[in-house]
Amino acid sequence: MKIVVLVKQVPDSGEERSLRSDDFTVDRDAATKRMNELDEHAIEAALQLVEEHGGEVTVLTMAPADALESTVRKALQMGPDRAVHIVDEAIHGSCAVTSSAVLAAALRTLEWDLVLCGAESTDGRVQAMPHMLSERLDVAAVTGARKITVSGGEITVERQVDDGYELVQAALPAIVSVWDTINTPRYPSFKLIMAAKKKPVTTLSLADLGISPDQVGLSASTSQVLHAAPRPPREAGVKVIDDGSGGVALVDFLAAEKFV
Amino acid sequence: MDFKLNEEYEDLVRTVREFAQERIAPVIGEYVERHEFPYDIVREMGKLGLFGLPFPEEYGGMGGDYLAYCLVLEELARVDSSVAITVEAAVSLGAMPIHRYGTPEQKQIWLPRLCRGEALAAFGLTEPGGGSDASALRTRAVLDGDEWVINGSKAFITNAGTDITALVIVAAVTGELPDGRPEISTIIVPSGTPGLTVGRAYSKVGWCASDTRELAFDDCRVPRENLLGERGRGYAQFLRILDEGRIAIAALAVGLAQGCLDESLRYAQQRWAFGRPIGEYQAIQFKIADMEVRAHTARLAYYDAAARLLAGEPFKRQAAIAKLYASEAAVTTAREATQIHGGYGFMNEYPVARFWRDSKILEIGEGTSEVQRMLIARDLGL
Repeated sequence: MKIVVLVKQVPDSGEERSLRSDDFTVDRDAATKRMNELDEHAIEAALQLVEEHGGEVTVLTMAPADALESTVRKALQMGPDRAVHIVDEAIHGSCAVTSSAVLAAALRTLEWDLVLCGAESTDGRVQAMPHMLSERLDVAAVTGARKITVSGGEITVERQVDDGYELVQAALPAIVSVWDTINTPRYPSFKLIMAAKKKPVTTLSLADLGISPDQVGLSASTSQVLHAAPRPPREAGVKVIDDGSGGVALVDFLAAEKFV
Repeated sequence: MDFKLNEEYEDLVRTVREFAQERIAPVIGEYVERHEFPYDIVREMGKLGLFGLPFPEEYGGMGGDYLAYCLVLEELARVDSSVAITVEAAVSLGAMPIHRYGTPEQKQIWLPRLCRGEALAAFGLTEPGGGSDASALRTRAVLDGDEWVINGSKAFITNAGTDITALVIVAAVTGELPDGRPEISTIIVPSGTPGLTVGRAYSKVGWCASDTRELAFDDCRVPRENLLGERGRGYAQFLRILDEGRIAIAALAVGLAQGCLDESLRYAQQRWAFGRPIGEYQAIQFKIADMEVRAHTARLAYYDAAARLLAGEPFKRQAAIAKLYASEAAVTTAREATQIHGGYGFMNEYPVARFWRDSKILEIGEGTSEVQRMLIARDLGL
């Protein structure tokens, strides 16, 4: 089977992250860039499926040029066969909806039975990409998988929900997003690290995909951040000295703040 | 001149650093406490290809080189030395002689499993009565028909008694040279060969999750073709193996020193005394600055020795310098890290206590500091 895994370059969630002051998009220059953590689980799921059923894995990303090293190579080091990297200055500031149009156009140029992605990215956390791609490509979308099995042109997904899981079946081709409960991503061996250097990476521009620059970017986006300000520093709290009436003071405070 | 590692080395280092932090650091303290060999970690390192790093792909290796392997040892030892020495002994001392001196058949039989970390090989050189003095070797192997008959004993042999130990390479006297010196050869003895007795695990000061044994050979018979390399070349073989191994031990020592530095830096910012973090006091700052100086200098020394090895240049002196300097740097750094941690540094739940106990052997194993100085002086013409 042929699997495409969507991966995203994000600012490292372990560091302080910020928005740019000019257009309030993610400040990519301020942080260490890396592959979205959940995408590693999507790649691992793809590799396991291909190890079981045969086939090939392609990594697809839409990101600035420097994602080639921080994200695409890192993804290829885990074992996928090739990568497609959509790079175009005009994409900057695209919302999830316009991003999905670009990704859908790229997916139309590729052969696949299954598209996998992380259930969310640590920067945007919109979680809606599978649904948007599903609408645009007219295939099923199943989100939040903790287990995927493939049999006879059909996938069965254990879909993780708050109080357990749902069993969902869909015909292939389909789009599935995964949570980190699905697997433990492998560490790349030195052989894979070396091999990743030689794996083909196709770079596509918007023109290659037949999309004009005015269909994407900040101006074409369905949502925009109009203003953002840093969170104000915490104010000093109220200190209650317990002279015997501390309990009452505490309850009074909670009642005043409408917590009880 | 450029000391920058290339991208593949950097990626390898990052991967192993993550692996060590995520998979080894959280659990290794318990293995050490129980004096238990960490089979699960060894299995995972095998999957990662760490046991096959410097060996060719045709025998299941990773096709990397000796520097890549040393960089990995540094990252492992930064978290734990038992794990690092298990890899070092398996690769430098166990698999390397087979790779360098084995016949194609011997390589085909042993290397693939050794490269995957599914099996470990041990190197039996040191004896109860002699370590660095190889001329004092007393283990003998006599050819009887088509079999070698081995008698003698070996001491402090790493990886000799694990459940996955597949063979021991034994250095033995196989005759006498015309000038009266002993003829030394190395012979492969598979685990389980009758006449080979694996002793109980030693109770050690450090490296407590690694496997170290005494071995006894009592009319132990192996086929004649188990001879490794040429008969009588044993001495030259292990000199080369030990020269290379010193670079690996230096890398391991740098890792330990760096681990001490990591821990001390963190602790100095968290621990308060007299109203300030202790890292604001010059007494602590100077200790930590010195740690960085030692770790950095020792690292350059082993990079240099490894670069010479890769370039096919003589590296004996540089390997001895790296091993000597790095091991003494590790011992000093571990002692200072424990000092910075105060009473907590004496508690086994803090990694620096483990580092301290693990450090001393670095000045002893694979050639003592005195032997390194001897080698350096000799190489300078004295």
